[in-house]
Amino acid sequence: MLDTIFALSSGAAPAAIAVIRISGPQAGAALEQLSGRLPPPRRAVTASLRNPDGDLLDRALVLWLPGPHTATGEDCAELHLHGGRAVIATVERTLAQLPGLRRAGAGEFTRRAFINGKIDLAEAEGLADLLSAETELQRQAALALSAGSFSRQVDAWRLAVLTLSAQVEAVLDFSEDDDIGALDQGFAHALAGLAEELGSWLGRPRSELLREGFRVVLAGPPNAGKSTLFNALVESEAAITSPLPGTTRDVVTRPVALAGLPFLFLDTAGLHEGTTDPIEHTGMARARSELDRADLVLWLGPEAECPAGAWNIEAQCDRPTHPRKGAARHRVSALTGTGMDALRDDLVVTARAALPRPGEATLNQRQHGLITQARESLLAASDFADPLLVAESLRLARVAFDALLGRTTTEDMLDALFGRFCIGK
Amino acid sequence: MHQFDIIVVGGGHAGCEAAAVAARMRARVGLVTFDPAQLGAMSCNPAIGGLGKGHLVREVDALDGLMGRAADAAAIHYRMLNRSKGSAVQGPRIQADRKLFKASVQAQLARQERLDVIAGEAAALHMAGGRVGGVVLADGQVLLAGAVILCTGTFLGGALFRGEERMVGGRIGEASAQRLAAQLREADLPMARLKTGTPPRLDGRTIDWSALEEQWSDAEPWTMSPLSESRVNPQVFCAITRTNPRSHDVIRANLHRSPLFTGAIGASGPRYCPSIEDKIHRFADRDGHQVFLEPEGLDSHLVYPNGISTSLPADVQLAMVRTMSGLEQVEIVTPGYAVEYDHVDPRALRPSLELRALPGLYCAGQLNGTTGYEEAAAQGLVAGMHAAAAVLGKSSAALDRANSYLAVMIDDLTLHGVSEPYRMLTARAEYRLRLRANNAGTRLTPLGIACGAVGALRRDWYLRREEARDRLDAALAAEASAAELSRAGLPVRTDTGRLPLREWLRFSGVTFEGLAPWMPGDLPDDPELCAEVAEDAAYAPYLLRQEGELRALRAGDGLSLGDAFPYAAVAGLSREMVERLERARPATLADAGRVPGITPAALAALLVQAKRQAA
Repeated sequence: MLDTIFALSSGAAPAAIAVIRISGPQAGAALEQLSGRLPPPRRAVTASLRNPDGDLLDRALVLWLPGPHTATGEDCAELHLHGGRAVIATVERTLAQLPGLRRAGAGEFTRRAFINGKIDLAEAEGLADLLSAETELQRQAALALSAGSFSRQVDAWRLAVLTLSAQVEAVLDFSEDDDIGALDQGFAHALAGLAEELGSWLGRPRSELLREGFRVVLAGPPNAGKSTLFNALVESEAAITSPLPGTTRDVVTRPVALAGLPFLFLDTAGLHEGTTDPIEHTGMARARSELDRADLVLWLGPEAECPAGAWNIEAQCDRPTHPRKGAARHRVSALTGTGMDALRDDLVVTARAALPRPGEATLNQRQHGLITQARESLLAASDFADPLLVAESLRLARVAFDALLGRTTTEDMLDALFGRFCIGK
Repeated sequence: MHQFDIIVVGGGHAGCEAAAVAARMRARVGLVTFDPAQLGAMSCNPAIGGLGKGHLVREVDALDGLMGRAADAAAIHYRMLNRSKGSAVQGPRIQADRKLFKASVQAQLARQERLDVIAGEAAALHMAGGRVGGVVLADGQVLLAGAVILCTGTFLGGALFRGEERMVGGRIGEASAQRLAAQLREADLPMARLKTGTPPRLDGRTIDWSALEEQWSDAEPWTMSPLSESRVNPQVFCAITRTNPRSHDVIRANLHRSPLFTGAIGASGPRYCPSIEDKIHRFADRDGHQVFLEPEGLDSHLVYPNGISTSLPADVQLAMVRTMSGLEQVEIVTPGYAVEYDHVDPRALRPSLELRALPGLYCAGQLNGTTGYEEAAAQGLVAGMHAAAAVLGKSSAALDRANSYLAVMIDDLTLHGVSEPYRMLTARAEYRLRLRANNAGTRLTPLGIACGAVGALRRDWYLRREEARDRLDAALAAEASAAELSRAGLPVRTDTGRLPLREWLRFSGVTFEGLAPWMPGDLPDDPELCAEVAEDAAYAPYLLRQEGELRALRAGDGLSLGDAFPYAAVAGLSREMVERLERARPATLADAGRVPGITPAALAALLVQAKRQAA
C-alpha cells in the first residue's frame, strides 16, 4: 500500500489562509482523526482540528474528497487553516505523527496524479521539465551547497560507514574459514567518532533559519509584560495589551529584521496553574510547545523558574513595584525604552552567531532528518553485541546517506570488503 | 522426432534442477547430456552449502529441489558456519562423497515421472517461427519442445590452462560444446569471458594427518533438508594446514609461468575465491593463508586442498604443496588448472532467465556468469519453473528480494550484470533478517505448492508444520508478568509489566525453553520450528522498520516498461544511463530503480515516457 502524503499547497506563510492537502489511502482516516468526524463528500464544512491529546489546533474549513474523482485520483482531504506559521507547523507535525502519513516529496502530488491518469499528455510533457527542474534544484541543494563541501562531507561519511560495514560483513560472511578476527576496539571507536561528528553537524544552524527567521519566544506568567515587550521589539501593536492578566490567549507571531537579520518574535499566553478556561488551557499548551521549538526564550517570570538556556529578563523596570531579579541578563522598560537598545544589540549578536554565515554549509530539514537517521543508526549499532544487528543498523545509515546523494551501495560495500580482506577459500 | 514440453541441455546442477522442477510441474521433459553417468557430478570442491550458498540450498530444497536431499545422502561431514552468530547468517555446509551425491541426484531423476534422459550432444538450436523450438543433436536428430533451457556451464567455449599447457574442454576428459557456442555467437548475444580455477587433487595416503589440526563434523544432528530424517553416512574429519613464506617464495619465483600473469588468460576471476597466485600477489603482506584438506569420499583417497586453486605448471604445484606442514611427502593425483569460458551477459535475460533476443530459450548456471553448485542449482530451478509455467500456461512462484536469495541473485544478475563470477553472499541481501536459512520452507514452500513445483510428500510436511506453528503461536499469545518471570530466574526488570510471551522473547536472556512454564505442556516437539518462531519474535522490531523500504521496493512493480522501451528517446537521461538501461532492459519501473546509477530524476522521466506510450 502507498503512503499517504501531505503538504502545504498554498504559498509561503504567513498568509490569510493556508491550505494543506492530503492524498492517499489514509486521507479519510487522518481527516477523521483531526476533525472528529468525516464530513459529507465534496462539501466545505468548518471543524475544530485537534491533536490526539485533544488540544485544539485550529478552527478550520475542511473538505473530504474521496477518490477516484480527485486531483490525484486517490482519496484526498484539504484543510484550510488560519495562515500563521505556528498553526501550519503544529498541524503538519500532528499529521506526520499519524500512522501511514508522511510529508510529500517534491512533485509527488503531480506524480500520483500522473500515475492515476489524471493529467493528459500535454501536461505530462510539461511535467518532465518540471520534474527534472525540481530534481536539479534538489541536486544542487544537496550537492552543490557551499561549493560542494557538503557533498564531499557526506561522501566521506558514506565511505567511513562503508568501511565499517565491510568489517562487519567480513566477520559475518568470512570469519569462519578465513583469518578474520572479531570486531575490535578500533571499530567501536570509529563508530563512536563518526556518530559524534554527525552530532556536531546536527548542531549547526539549519538553512530554514534564514528563511523563517531566528525564533525568539517571550514567555512567563500572566501579566508579566510579555505583550508590551513584544510590541516594543516588533515596533507595532500586533499584540493586544491590557492590564488584565491572560489577555494573550493564542500565540502571536511577527517577523522582523534587526540589523539585517531575520527574526521571528512570538508572544505567548501566560503560564500559570489552575485555569479552568479551556481556551486559556489550549493557549498555554501552545505556549509550551513554542518553548520547545524556540531558538531563544526571553523569560519574564520568576527567576528561579527560568527554563534552561533562556534569558532572564527583568521587565517593567519603570514600575517601582516590579519584581527584581538577582542576575537578570537585561533590565528593560518597554514603555520608557530603558535597556531596549542593549537587549536588541544582544539579540543581534546572538542571532548572528546562530544563523548560518554566508557561504557556510547548512542543512535543510530533509538533510537534517537524514543525518539524524544516520546518527541514530550508528548509535544503535554501537549498542548491539550481535554483528548481524550491527550490520543492519549500518545498512540503515547507508540508506540515509544514499538518500542524501542518490546512490545505492551494496556493490560499493562489497568493493570495500574485497579490497580490504583476503577472503574465500 | 520426439515431442517435449521442455528440453534441458546439460546435466550439471542447473540442468538437473531445471529438468526436475519442470517435470514436477507436469511438463514432459527431455534432459540432453553428453554422458548420463555424469549427471549431478560435482566438478570442483567436494562441499555443498556455506554462507549465502547454504541459504540457496535450503531455498532450492523448500521448492522441492534435488540438491538438499542429495547433499544429505552424500554428507560425510556437517558444519553449521557462524553458529555463534545470529541465525540469519548461519550457513549450513556439508562435505560430500562425490559418488554418493551423483548417485542420489541420478536416483531422484530416475524416480521423476515425465522426465527422459537423452545421451547426446546438442549441436544446434532448432528455430521455429522466430522462437527456439527444440535442439538438433550431433547425430542429426531433432528434438522439438516448447522451450529449451541451456545449462551448459563452462562447456561453452571452455579452455583449460595449466602453466604453458592449453586444452579445449570444460572438465578434464570431457568434450566441449564448441558448435553450440558458435551458434550463440552468431545470434549476436552479448557474451563475455570469465575464468575460474581448481586446485590440485592430493593423494590422502601421502598426507601426514597426525601433524595437522582436525576439524570434526558437528555433533548437533541437523540435516540440509527437513525431509531427510537423519544422517546416513559415517562422518569423517577435515584438516587445516597453511601456506608459509617458503610456499610464497616458490609461487613468486614462478609467477612468470602462470597463465594469469603471462596474459594468456585475460578474463576476470572471482575476488572472493582467488587463485593462490592472486592471493600472494594482491595481499603481499600476509605470511600465510589457510588451506582446508577436504576428503572427496568414503572410499576415495583423493583430498581436495581448498584455498590453493592454481594454474601454475604441475612441477611448481608439487613444489608449492610440499612446503606445507603435513604435506611434505604428498603426491598430486591431478594437478590444478584454470578454466576460461564464455558466459552470456545476464542482462540479456528476463527475470525468468529467458533470453530476450531468443524467445523460448532459457539460460541457467555458470553460463550466466555465476560460480558455484548452489548458484547453478538455484538458477536451474528458477529457469525450469518459469519455462514450465510459460509452456503449460501456469504462473510461476512470485519471488522478490524480500522473500528469497533466489530473487536477490536473479535481480542482481539481470539488472547489474557481472564483472566477475557471481557468488552468493549474505551481504547481497538487504533483507537478510527475514531470509534465514532455517525459515526457507516457511517463506517458499507455500509458493511452491501454489505453482505446482512441490510434491505431495513436502506439501504434507509443510501442512503439518504450519499446524504446529499455529499451536506455538497460540501459546505465545499468553501473557506473563515481569515479576513472575523474575521469580522463575529469568533476567528481566521487574518494572517491565505484563507482556505476551512473544514479546518477552525479544529480551536478551529470555528463551523459548525459559518460557515453558507459561505454555501448555503438549506443544509440538520441534526444536527447529521453536527456534524459528523465537527468532521471528526477536527480529520483529527490525522487520517492522523495513516495511517502508519494502513498500518502495514493490511500489513501481505494476508499471511495465517492456522489451522495446525507447530509452534513447527519453529526454534528460545521460548517455551512460541509456546504455545501462538498454543492457539490462528492466521489466518494470521498480526494477529500473535498481539498475546502478539510475537516479530518482531519471525514474521520473521514464515514468513520463511509459505513460505516454500507454496512452
